[in-house]
Amino acid sequence: MGASQPATGADVDVEILLEIFRRTTLIHRTDEKFRSLLTAGTLRLVYYPVRGQEVASAATMTALRPDDYLVTTYRGVHDQLAKGIPPKLLWAEFTGKAAGACKGKGGPMHITHPESGVMVTTGIVGSGLPIAVGLALSSKLKGDGRVTVVCFGDGSTNIGAFHEAMNMASIWKLPVIFVCQNNRYGEHTPLAQSTSVARITDRAAAYSMTAVQVDGTDAEATYRAAEAAVARARAGEGPTLIEAMTYRMLGHVFGSNFSYMPKALLEEAVREDGVPKLRRRLLDRQVAEARIAEIEAAADAVIAEAVEHALSSPYPDPSEIRRDVLAQEIAA
Amino acid sequence: MSEPAKISFAQGINLALDEAMAADPSVFLLGEDIADEQGGGVFKATLGLSKKYGVERVRATPISEQAIVGAAVGAAITGMRPVAEIMFMNFLTVCMDQIVNHAAKLRFMSGGLTSVPLTIRCGTGAGVGFGGQHSDMLEAWFAHVPGMKVVTASNPADAKGLLLSAIEDDDPTLFIENVAMYAAQGPAPEPGYKVPLGQAKLLREGGDVTVITYGRPVGEVMAVAEALGAEGVGVQVIDLRTIAPFDEATVLNAVAKTNRAVVVHEAVKAFGVGAEVSSRIHEELFGQLKAPIRRVGSKYSPVPFSPPLEQAFLYSRDEIAAAIRSTLN
Repeated sequence: MGASQPATGADVDVEILLEIFRRTTLIHRTDEKFRSLLTAGTLRLVYYPVRGQEVASAATMTALRPDDYLVTTYRGVHDQLAKGIPPKLLWAEFTGKAAGACKGKGGPMHITHPESGVMVTTGIVGSGLPIAVGLALSSKLKGDGRVTVVCFGDGSTNIGAFHEAMNMASIWKLPVIFVCQNNRYGEHTPLAQSTSVARITDRAAAYSMTAVQVDGTDAEATYRAAEAAVARARAGEGPTLIEAMTYRMLGHVFGSNFSYMPKALLEEAVREDGVPKLRRRLLDRQVAEARIAEIEAAADAVIAEAVEHALSSPYPDPSEIRRDVLAQEIAA
Repeated sequence: MSEPAKISFAQGINLALDEAMAADPSVFLLGEDIADEQGGGVFKATLGLSKKYGVERVRATPISEQAIVGAAVGAAITGMRPVAEIMFMNFLTVCMDQIVNHAAKLRFMSGGLTSVPLTIRCGTGAGVGFGGQHSDMLEAWFAHVPGMKVVTASNPADAKGLLLSAIEDDDPTLFIENVAMYAAQGPAPEPGYKVPLGQAKLLREGGDVTVITYGRPVGEVMAVAEALGAEGVGVQVIDLRTIAPFDEATVLNAVAKTNRAVVVHEAVKAFGVGAEVSSRIHEELFGQLKAPIRRVGSKYSPVPFSPPLEQAFLYSRDEIAAAIRSTLN
């Protein structure tokens, strides 16, 4: 890690900030590419856009080690990329190809890549939290020093699994970080209409859990919060709930009507957009425009290669239906 | 000559857990009240284990079935071998998501990158007065989910041998224990005794009818078979032991000899495992069957509380005998 920046106040080391920007850019441009290929009709799949949540994820994952665990949800492409899944494997999986991370058997809602720590992507709201408790329990039993991060939306905090997992993680002081990316909507319903508390962090008191709300469009604030939670977890001090305030700048599913979202909120989301904000911040921190442009061009190149690879790759052989159901192949 | 050593069903379970934990540090237990401080499990199946292996590995949990199974799934995908105790089978209904959407499917959905070597133990069974929410036999639900293995034992030695195999197996396995049988005694197995998953056992040979059964009814079917044998009816009996994956070869070979078959289980007859077994036999042996396959199961009702009603709900020896006879006419 570069130590060019003196440790002053809330400033995050500029090399770390650049790493967050690198991940943010990869997410942002991947999300854009998915949407453009869907619009063009090149791709046909149900896609849950992550526009507005890029920085929250990139900053959180940058505070982790590569071997730390991640559990995320069907709106998870930002988390998976930020944790380090190779874009080629991601794209081939999203397109259902044999070369995908999961041989095309999981698809967009079920991305797994243990090598980068992406352990489970669930399509069931809230179900990742108990699994994350188990990953953290395993780390505690093995003493392997890993930390587990589980990402979920504000909507997940209204399902029973949230309560059971928060309680269990707390009583067992497990090395798990619950990251609620509060994008203010559960499907089509705004937070205030579905949730009994104004802040998700208010719920942590019920579990005697440390909690912090951060501006998820602010890379430095989010990184600092994640860094502190990781330190607590690794020190055996137990779980943390982080509520990263983000925006869902598009509908629940790409292409779906989101006229139910107030214009003022969408304008605020554009104004607070974390991606250009982080770019401006880097320039403020004396990072050369050329270096930023280089990161952006590199992301575009990686994505172009991944898309080309995914589109030109073969589908899995139908006989794959008999493999990976059980450890032993099912007889033909 | 001394009597051969006997153990109870609960002791059989305990022996398997003990052997598995001694042999493999990745095996750990979690469930409600399972540590010795809480009594070693409501059915005493885990008695003494937390004293021996510590409360980290024999982990008493809150009453949180979703978190118990979810945590077990999470630990399993890192290579641990958790054994989760869900006190009663009906409580699986509050953690179905973790079992059906996660435990059973993660291997496939990850393209084999992760696996879930998880064992879930649960007790259940009618006849002991627990009423409608603590007695159901729901094995058919789980056998219907690709990726799940479903196992149940008919005697203490098999309970020990099957559970040990389930824990060592790389797939998620549901291990069903009948609460009416926890105290039942049977011959003690040798240390290390294992029963392979997926293999049914031919318990008794006979030339006239094959009865396919599993779990608690095995004893009753054997008694009926003996009684009918005295009348000159040759009944052969198969204990499936593993419900899923189904040992089709053993069943078909046996029925091919008798050309008559009856399926008996404690679960409600309608839409039960018996329908699947019957259908598989019909598909392969239709031309040579001498009678329609009969099924015996419990009645189409929630499990009642009142003792006469509960007995009326359960399958009976008379019904088993009548079903066997009906195939002979």
